[in-house]
Amino acid sequence: MRGQGAEGIRILLVDDEPGYLEVLEKRMTRRGLQVVSAGSGSEAIRQARAQSFDVAVVDLKMEDMDGIEVLKVLKVMDPSMAVIILTGHGSEQAAREGTALGAFDYLTKPCELRDLLACIHASQKS
Amino acid sequence: MSTNHGRPAAYYRTLTRNLVLFVVVVSLVPLMFSGAVILYEFDRAYQSKVEQHLEVLLNKHRRTIDAFLTDRLADIRVLARSYPVEMLKDPAFLRAKLSLLREEYGGVFVDLGLVNPEGRQVVYAGPFHLTGADYAQAQWFKQAKAGEHFISNVFAGLRGSPHFIVAAKKRLMGRDWLVKATIDFEAFNALVEKLVIGETGFAFILDREGSFQTKPRQEVALASGAWRELLRRPLDGGKVTIIQRTGSRDREMIYAAAPLKNGSWIICAQQERADAFSLLFSAQRMAVTIFVLGGIVVILVSLLLARRLVNRIAEADSQKEAMNEKMIEAGRLASIGELAAGIAHEINNPVAIMVEEAGWIEDLMSEEGPLSEETLSEIQRAVQQIQEQGSRCKQITYKLLSFARKTDPTVKEVSLNSLVEEVISLVGQKSRYAGVRIETELGPGLPRVAASPSELQQVLLNLVNNAVDAIDSEGGVVSVRSNPDNGWVRLTVSDTGIGIAPANLARIFDPFYTTKPVGQGTGLGLSICYGIINKLGGEIKVTSAKGKGSTFVVLLPAISQSEAAPETTDPAARS
Repeated sequence: MRGQGAEGIRILLVDDEPGYLEVLEKRMTRRGLQVVSAGSGSEAIRQARAQSFDVAVVDLKMEDMDGIEVLKVLKVMDPSMAVIILTGHGSEQAAREGTALGAFDYLTKPCELRDLLACIHASQKS
Repeated sequence: MSTNHGRPAAYYRTLTRNLVLFVVVVSLVPLMFSGAVILYEFDRAYQSKVEQHLEVLLNKHRRTIDAFLTDRLADIRVLARSYPVEMLKDPAFLRAKLSLLREEYGGVFVDLGLVNPEGRQVVYAGPFHLTGADYAQAQWFKQAKAGEHFISNVFAGLRGSPHFIVAAKKRLMGRDWLVKATIDFEAFNALVEKLVIGETGFAFILDREGSFQTKPRQEVALASGAWRELLRRPLDGGKVTIIQRTGSRDREMIYAAAPLKNGSWIICAQQERADAFSLLFSAQRMAVTIFVLGGIVVILVSLLLARRLVNRIAEADSQKEAMNEKMIEAGRLASIGELAAGIAHEINNPVAIMVEEAGWIEDLMSEEGPLSEETLSEIQRAVQQIQEQGSRCKQITYKLLSFARKTDPTVKEVSLNSLVEEVISLVGQKSRYAGVRIETELGPGLPRVAASPSELQQVLLNLVNNAVDAIDSEGGVVSVRSNPDNGWVRLTVSDTGIGIAPANLARIFDPFYTTKPVGQGTGLGLSICYGIINKLGGEIKVTSAKGKGSTFVVLLPAISQSEAAPETTDPAARS
């Protein structure tokens, strides 16, 4: 599993579900990615201010701030950052709006880690 | 179900009765009224016709009788004036004249006689032996001497059988002789008896003292009742007087009288009313029969029609009831659909965690060599997390299923507060994502209400869902309050949302009325709420201010404290 050429990619994980963040961070770190977790939209923006990331993986539905709003702010702060949106079934329409606003792509939750990683790599190649 | 739904049989019975009454009254009253008017007018017209007829008849007869009397008198006057006394004194001459008169008039003239100025009948021609009879003291003789001629009343006289006398004066040397003739009573009687009026009517003649001048066909009681009343009247001027009275044996009778013979006699007639008015009475009977038969037909037809109509109405009602139930069901499914997105997302999170934890275990297991203590405890943690997330999923599906069950309209004693809490937990996720805070203020000791739990749950869900939907992306507050209100339970759901335009406010309870974009609202929610609350005997009211939010107030009749113990939920003020 290791050594997929993912070393050094800086990832910002944004989700209001702590259990999900925790396990995703562990699995990505194990694959050599540099992961920073944010439990809310506002925290994500704080983190993005503190350091720069290559990719942000943002949950669409969060209590304090909508994923789309987070996307907008991040894109303003760092236009080169690739933003991948995670969405549930039934919210694909909003996610597609996100891609129109500059998100790299969206994935439907729950998704395979393999697909997420593939998406991250794709964003770095382009 | 039928006990909770639809109208009671008594309602339809009352409806049938009212319809029948209405039709019967509306159709029969005018018929009765016009019938009565026609009968009355007909009665009056017929009455005057009958009286006229009687009058004409009586007048005609009176003239006939008067003519008979004057003609007979004229015969005798001609006899008296045509021949000298010497000739009249000849019995053979008188006999010849009598037989001549009898030839001419049948048995009307009984005899002829010549009475000398002293009252002795000097000559007599006739069946009796009355030559030499002395009339000096007879009433008729005295009366006859007073005038030129004379017609007597009926009397028995010397011969002992009823008759009357016609006499004319004959002057000879300053002294008055009388030529007299006796008129046969039977012949005269037959003349009067010829006056037959209908089947029961007859006539007779009286003198002014009330003695019969002819023999009435039936016994007549002059001393009492109607005759007494009629004979007391003036009865002159040649007019016919008619009265109607109840006669003997309780028969309705018509009585008529008119003067005769220059007012010294009275011709009388009587007839039973039933006979006189037989045509009128048969017309009346026919009218009444037609009316009764018509009435029966009207009643039968209106009964039949009302039954049919009410059956149709009952059918339509039950169809409407079934439609309502279907609509409630459809509305419920629509609300589930609206909830589904929120719930799907809610379930996605634990599923995603489980998937990732499983992947994490896989990652750890793929390490070469025996698993370290640390790795094992990490695997254990991951397994525990999977279990926790699994039970979280179970709770979510349970919540959804509890609502998705088929609606059960059975009425139970329901605690409104616990239903509110259930519904709020269902909407919780959706409202959190929408930035809506739900505040509850549930009254302690709230009485229970009689309702179907699933239907009431749907009312609450619709109201809370709408309240959450009314709030735009900037977020807001939905507050749900419950409190007892003098025998009622009041539930208030208010939001700080966009409000409802006054133009729309009147229509929000109409079915299929929605302001949501096509595909996002069925327009059924509030109409279903209205229907359910109405059925429970409650009320739903709304006030709204554009841009400030709306408040829905639901009033439901509380089960009285004696019937059920109040709720024991704590005064919960959560946010």
